[in-house]
Amino acid sequence: MSDEVVKKFMYLNRKAPYGSIYALEALEVVLIGAAFDQDVSLVFMDDGVYQLKSGQKTAVDSGAGMKEFSKTYRALEGYDVEKLYVHETSMKERGLEVDDLLVDVEVLNDEQLADLMADQDVVLSF
Amino acid sequence: MKFGILINEGPYQHQASDSAYQFAKAALEKGHEINRVFFYHDGVNNATRLAVPPQDDRNVVERWAELQEKYELDLVVCIAAAQRRGMLDENESSRQGRDANNIHPAFRISGLGQLIESGIEADRLMTFGD
Repeated sequence: MSDEVVKKFMYLNRKAPYGSIYALEALEVVLIGAAFDQDVSLVFMDDGVYQLKSGQKTAVDSGAGMKEFSKTYRALEGYDVEKLYVHETSMKERGLEVDDLLVDVEVLNDEQLADLMADQDVVLSF
Repeated sequence: MKFGILINEGPYQHQASDSAYQFAKAALEKGHEINRVFFYHDGVNNATRLAVPPQDDRNVVERWAELQEKYELDLVVCIAAAQRRGMLDENESSRQGRDANNIHPAFRISGLGQLIESGIEADRLMTFGD
């Protein structure tokens, strides 16, 4: 894309991967948005941290009916989406550790996440 | 100021579209600019031309259409989100071999790039949804 403007885009993922379509469609925005060469950050907080849980099984296995799309998070690096953050409190509240996640992330505490948010030009919350 | 607007929820089911409409109307009346209103997730259902709400209720779709006509608003429906929910314009309907279409002429169908572009070009991108 020829857009000269580079803005800081934050995608804020706050919902569980299955049970609703928000997470899947948010990922579609991230993939399309990658073509615009913006400064992208992906944040996982609240139930959104479950999106990165390793060992996901759906559809035939669980009956949830949605396709299992967690592998796409591992492919984000190929789209130059490399800044992935997880909200520490959300992760801890759900009994998760970094080792439970399927991609490398930076863990942010409340204050760090607030600072990162304040630094953005665009925050898209899903 | 130049605003972009993202609506993530359907009409009547959720207040997102109402709040976005009130915001857009107020901003435009104050002389601000809105570069695009983008409908995503179930928000694509705001673009149906077949809605028949009760007469004593607001008409969410027509309200957007009126605002579009008055200010030449760019109302864009995400094609991927629309297709999986059965929202098709005339072109897409015939391309997909379907026997009907339901997108109101005040809206146009396009891709997610339009949302990113709106965010790049606007001073503020406002999200309406949960």
